[in-house]
Amino acid sequence: MTSTVQAAPAMNSTPEVHRGFWALGWRRLKRDKIAMVSLMVVGAFLAIAIAGWFNIIGDGWRKEVAVPYAPPSWLAQSADETLPPAEEEAGARSDAPIVTMTEAEDPIGKELAIARQNMGKYASVETPLRESLPFGGDLRGRDVIVKTIKGTSTSVFVGIFGALFTLLLGTVLGAISGYFGGKVDDFLNWFYSVFTSVPDMLLLLSFAAVAGRGIKTIIIVMALTSWTGTYRLVRAEYLKLKNREFVQAASAIGASDTRRIFVHILPNISHLLLVQFSLLTVALIKYEAILSFLGFGVGVTQVSLGSMLAEAPAELVQGVWWQMVAVTIAMSLLVTAFSLLVDGLRDAFDPKANK
Amino acid sequence: MFAYIVRRVLQMIPTLFGVMLLVFVLFNVFGGDPSLVLAGKHLTAESLANIRAQLGLDKSQFAQFMIFVKQVLTLDFGTSWSTQQPVSDIIGSRIGPSLLLTGSMLVVDLLIAIPLAATVAYFRRGLTDRIVTICCTIAMSVSALVYIIAGQYWLAYKWGLFPVSGWGNSAFHNLWYYVPLPMLMGLMVSLGPDIRFYRSFFVEELSNDYVRTARAKGLSERVVMLKHVLRNALIPVVTTVMMSLPYLLIGALVLETFFSIPGMGNAVVLAVNNSDFPIIKAITVYIALATMVFNLLADLIYKLIDPRVQLK
Repeated sequence: MTSTVQAAPAMNSTPEVHRGFWALGWRRLKRDKIAMVSLMVVGAFLAIAIAGWFNIIGDGWRKEVAVPYAPPSWLAQSADETLPPAEEEAGARSDAPIVTMTEAEDPIGKELAIARQNMGKYASVETPLRESLPFGGDLRGRDVIVKTIKGTSTSVFVGIFGALFTLLLGTVLGAISGYFGGKVDDFLNWFYSVFTSVPDMLLLLSFAAVAGRGIKTIIIVMALTSWTGTYRLVRAEYLKLKNREFVQAASAIGASDTRRIFVHILPNISHLLLVQFSLLTVALIKYEAILSFLGFGVGVTQVSLGSMLAEAPAELVQGVWWQMVAVTIAMSLLVTAFSLLVDGLRDAFDPKANK
Repeated sequence: MFAYIVRRVLQMIPTLFGVMLLVFVLFNVFGGDPSLVLAGKHLTAESLANIRAQLGLDKSQFAQFMIFVKQVLTLDFGTSWSTQQPVSDIIGSRIGPSLLLTGSMLVVDLLIAIPLAATVAYFRRGLTDRIVTICCTIAMSVSALVYIIAGQYWLAYKWGLFPVSGWGNSAFHNLWYYVPLPMLMGLMVSLGPDIRFYRSFFVEELSNDYVRTARAKGLSERVVMLKHVLRNALIPVVTTVMMSLPYLLIGALVLETFFSIPGMGNAVVLAVNNSDFPIIKAITVYIALATMVFNLLADLIYKLIDPRVQLK
């Protein structure tokens, strides 16, 4: 955030001569308490997410450290207290081994006898499984907190990179369309109307049907299906800005089309793109959850907030609610903070839009 | 007016062509060879060739595209790859449950959201407004999936207020027995954003000059709100609802999957799981057609209820 403040060039002439557009916006944002708090929350989530990508935290989410469905330690000391008592099955309680044939009849009887003699020689190190965890465990006894951190990290990764690629695609197409107009504009508009006439979710699922599963696929699919909103926004801005004096001045000193599009006009809409980026990130995090829940999201070896929620129905029936609550808290906090930040950014960088 | 409709209908042709091209490229070019899946266990070169000939896969890409164009024009998408039922039969049987669920959900949503939005807009910046806005924000922050999972567990499984899931044969029975729980969960998700969205329309109308004029000439607040503001604020509401109607067709995808309602959304998820391309293709084309038609209808109704609008 702060690094972009100085990097972007000053926009329109503001009454205070030495303050750039971004510095002014940042000042307005700092005055907005809600936006600053949400910025901190989002920052914390980003830190967790980045640490998760580099496997600094949440790497051990696959470790089965506790008994299945270990309860939160502040609730109960062992799983037996929270799980419904298992119904006794006839015969299952007897401790004696089930004998179906004698050793002489068994074709591998000799080998089994040898194996039994050698059993003590090979020591297997077995760490004792914990009876309870700070926020409980899942079906395989994995720590819910570590799993939630890793899941949040995956979801944020998908959201941010999905939003980045979406923004890139929408901005480039929108800029070309709005700047050049004419035949190019007609063609891209046709492209746009084709993509908007199919609902997002159906398009996402159609792409998912063909492309298969995995984090990279979801990100690409999301970019290919969600670029339309950004395209429309950017195109309208370029239509408006391309005839302004500063662009004419740029063309008078011999700036090429590419230079005019990306160096002269683009910085003037960068604040809109920042808002759009945050909006897209929230939307894509929600989409990812639904896709993973339906089974078209992340692969089975990965974990995301959506795939954790997919485990919740089966757990709830057994009275295990902590995984769902952990995911709900993480996701609600993330989504709310991001949405409030979007509102704050909009107020700070787009003062004209205020009503 | 007539010329406008003709022009709009003509404009649909290139868009529909684009949708067909998109679907074709997606499924026929990138979708891989379906004959390997269809041949199943009895994989011989002969049966493979047979299936490929049946599906027209042995022809050139252009000829295959022409087959697809013919399918779209005759609205005959062949048979499902996984069940061998005609695609039109499947869609025909799936459309009813989807419309029953999403249609009733839309009606209840509007009946709750519009009066509430008008009320909070009237008392804007007051306590009621703040409470409703905070409730909406909290409701929006929770994932739709959590509502569905928690709602089904506590309301249906634990407390037995609703059936856990399922669907019957009679529409009436479905409506009062199976629909309420999914509808309630859907409303939890949709009411928050809808109230806030419709509130903005009412707030905008309330700040107009004609409201001040109406008050100045001594009209009661009731008349101002119900006769002047409501009718004007409903114009954008009607058009947004019209635009959202095609989405009713694919139903509430997650709701249908979770509560095992045999609707279109469920069919889409099933088809994607089974790589049943004919069904996905057919549904995509139908929905795209519906979207275009309803966009046109929305514009026409906009003109009808608001004479100030100029169609160009």
